[in-house]
Amino acid sequence: MNKNKTENTLLKRDKWKYGVIIPVLTVVIFLIIWELMVRVGVIPQRYLPKPSELGNVFIDKLSNPRPEDSTLPSNILSSLQVSLSGFLVAVVLGIPLGWFIGWYKGINRFVRPIFEIIRPIPPIAWIPLTILLLGIGFRAKVFIIFFSAFVPCVINSYTGIKLTNITLINVAKTCGASYFQILTKVGIPSSLPMVFAGIRIALGASWASLVAAEMLAADSGLGFMIMMGRQFTRPDLIVLGMVVIGLIGALFAFILSKLEKKMVRWRSIK
Amino acid sequence: MKDKRINKVEVKNLTKKFGDLLVLDNVSFKIKKGEFLCVVGPTGCGKTTFLNLLSCLCEPTSGDLLIDGEPANPKKHNLAFVFQEPSSFPWLNVEQNIQFGLDIKKTRQKDKKERVERIISLMGLEQFRNSYPHQLSVSTEQRQVIGRAFAMDPDLLLMDEPYGQMDIKMRYYLEDEVVRLWKELGTTVVFITHNIEEAVYLAERILILSNKPAKIKEEVLIDLPRPRDVADEKFVKIRKYVTDQIKWW
Repeated sequence: MNKNKTENTLLKRDKWKYGVIIPVLTVVIFLIIWELMVRVGVIPQRYLPKPSELGNVFIDKLSNPRPEDSTLPSNILSSLQVSLSGFLVAVVLGIPLGWFIGWYKGINRFVRPIFEIIRPIPPIAWIPLTILLLGIGFRAKVFIIFFSAFVPCVINSYTGIKLTNITLINVAKTCGASYFQILTKVGIPSSLPMVFAGIRIALGASWASLVAAEMLAADSGLGFMIMMGRQFTRPDLIVLGMVVIGLIGALFAFILSKLEKKMVRWRSIK
Repeated sequence: MKDKRINKVEVKNLTKKFGDLLVLDNVSFKIKKGEFLCVVGPTGCGKTTFLNLLSCLCEPTSGDLLIDGEPANPKKHNLAFVFQEPSSFPWLNVEQNIQFGLDIKKTRQKDKKERVERIISLMGLEQFRNSYPHQLSVSTEQRQVIGRAFAMDPDLLLMDEPYGQMDIKMRYYLEDEVVRLWKELGTTVVFITHNIEEAVYLAERILILSNKPAKIKEEVLIDLPRPRDVADEKFVKIRKYVTDQIKWW
């Protein structure tokens, strides 16, 4: 009992050490090096802001819409709207599509060739056509994001369901399950870990292609802010945009891994 | 002593070819209701094909398989299969795993609960009820798989070398478990093994298959009292006899 308790506090201490202290420490060291590089003049201040300035820019930008006529919160909000919409549509359409292609040979024969051709087209290559078809509004941007997130969703749910253990399928078959029942009771649950990996990749991809999507003459958004930063030669604005994109992306990944642990519980508890 | 039980399963002229390769050649036999039948044969003689035919996982080239006088159909009959490799569903806990077949069969909620409870207590799995397969030891996992098979109250229970990969101690233990469940529930069991001692220990009747293409070479009735003693003189005699029959060299 006593031993257990000390083990527990040890575990807690490890968690504190590896989960909080060390990550914070690496980030702080990174920032210090960055600050020194700029202060000493290895990198000219004209091109790269000091991290200590970045804080001021951040606070200022919270309420100041200049120069690009949009405050930081409204930029974040507009970017989130675009990328989450594209991401959600991709998940809702892509994952079931992957399941069906992987499960039904007939669907596989018809859909797979088309998918294989669409798959290697980079999301950015869709931009010109998108402008012609959908203009430059919200829908156009969502469409670009959708394509970058759609492909990993389909591939992972397809692969996940293809990897279903044949013995487990046979168990269900001898029980008298129909092909569709086997899909829902065996195929889909066993594909979930792969599906979640796909969702994670898709979320990353949809957030990453944001800047590209907002090159389509947006009037707000983080990518738009970065573009404007270049036009107004405001490196601080560019870097602020980059840092905010990075932080929000990391936050997404964190939330998703928590969600995954909950949904695929049978895998995580030891 | 004449066996008065009615015929449960009837196999008529079952033949299976893969292309030109004849695997199963005109096999016919009957299984009584509640019988424990073991099938032994030399390695690679088509034991697994034989079982896949009985479980309707593959179609015979010709011949029939009747259960209660009707062509076997997994949707209508209750078939259960214990595979050689681990086959519990990793995303279901022990209770849900045992319930799996009953869910497919759309058993009434009340019956389902009752049967699952019965199997859990028969198998002594109470403390593992909410555990997931990866948290269980190999033998506990296999016990749960066997429980899942028996829970379906199967017309025919097929077991394909379920203890092939286990050590002797675990095997003895699980063999006794299976005999206990079979006696308690009166299930009709077909048990395939290459381990002759195991067959003599478990079976009421042994079917010896010949080399490929497999035919039934001989039937051996075993009327030793249970629990059987592997060192008993009669036991050893039967075991030797079956071993001689199986030799193909």
